[in-house]
Amino acid sequence: MVNTADASMLLRHVLRHGDRALVLAQRLGQCVTHSPEIEQDVALANISLDLIGQARHLYTYAGVLEGLQHDEDHFAYWRDGDEFLNPLLVEQPNGDFAYTMVRQFFHDSYAIAYWDSMRASTDSTLAALAVRAHKETSFHLRHSRSWVVRLGDGTTESHHRTQEAVDELWSLTGELASNDDESELRRAGFIGENELGERWTATVAPALNEATLQVPTNVAMAVGGWEGRHSEHLAPLLAELQSVARAHQAWAKW
Amino acid sequence: MSSKWPMWEVFVRARRGVDHVHFGSVHASDSETALQSARDLFTRRQEGVSIWVVRSSDVVASDPAKEAELFDPAVGKDYRFPTHYELPAEVDYM
Repeated sequence: MVNTADASMLLRHVLRHGDRALVLAQRLGQCVTHSPEIEQDVALANISLDLIGQARHLYTYAGVLEGLQHDEDHFAYWRDGDEFLNPLLVEQPNGDFAYTMVRQFFHDSYAIAYWDSMRASTDSTLAALAVRAHKETSFHLRHSRSWVVRLGDGTTESHHRTQEAVDELWSLTGELASNDDESELRRAGFIGENELGERWTATVAPALNEATLQVPTNVAMAVGGWEGRHSEHLAPLLAELQSVARAHQAWAKW
Repeated sequence: MSSKWPMWEVFVRARRGVDHVHFGSVHASDSETALQSARDLFTRRQEGVSIWVVRSSDVVASDPAKEAELFDPAVGKDYRFPTHYELPAEVDYM
């Protein structure tokens, strides 16, 4: 049986990843009708929907862990910005297509390692979700990686924009694999050993090399997202995401 | 607005199917992204388990204006069908 310290830590872990998925899904939804080609509108919308599916499962499970009869809508629409525990990377605005693809690639390279390790979780709900999420993320990663390579090793302009995106986003990548405060969950087998950072580098470095992009050096890494300390970008995103539910609380149902 | 990317014809085989069936087309810069786009656009509802993409310019089609000379000669030649023939009783199991 899970002791109370582990239970609240597990709840926080589940919310971290539900928020990661939902915030990124919202950003990708904003890309629709803005992509260079209609095929990319559909691709990004599909990725967004996969992430929403993951968020829904995670929030529903969070409701179970929390034990206060909260459903998925509560976690999505009725928490405020400082209660959201997503990493800073996913709340960044979309920028140009290169920026969106680099952000996605950095995210997917982390998510694939995360879901892969979660398939062995001793928590059966998370392990079952991980099997499906890992397959979804494999495809997302294939998509974002192929774009980073094509844009990096592309025209002069695409290379320049992609390098700028890498330079701008690099400081937000260190946070991804750095949840040092989850050692209890590791001990209990809920989450895997913390080699996600090495796996992230092993995925990202060869791709950047293939894309003829430079890896930034001597960059201080930003932290705080996983703990609820966010950039100025999250509040407007949540205001829009939560606006309908909050404006029509009495009768809005879906 | 027309795409600068070439067009690709997409063929999908259903889970219980034997042939790849033509489903439509996508615009993509190369074969790998054509496959990814085809998967996103044409297999959202479990339509299939295998995708072929072929550059549209590689598809060679018969000329509709030559339909008569290509296909009319086969009409009325029943001897080309196995059912045209009556088998003797001794080998009727064939």
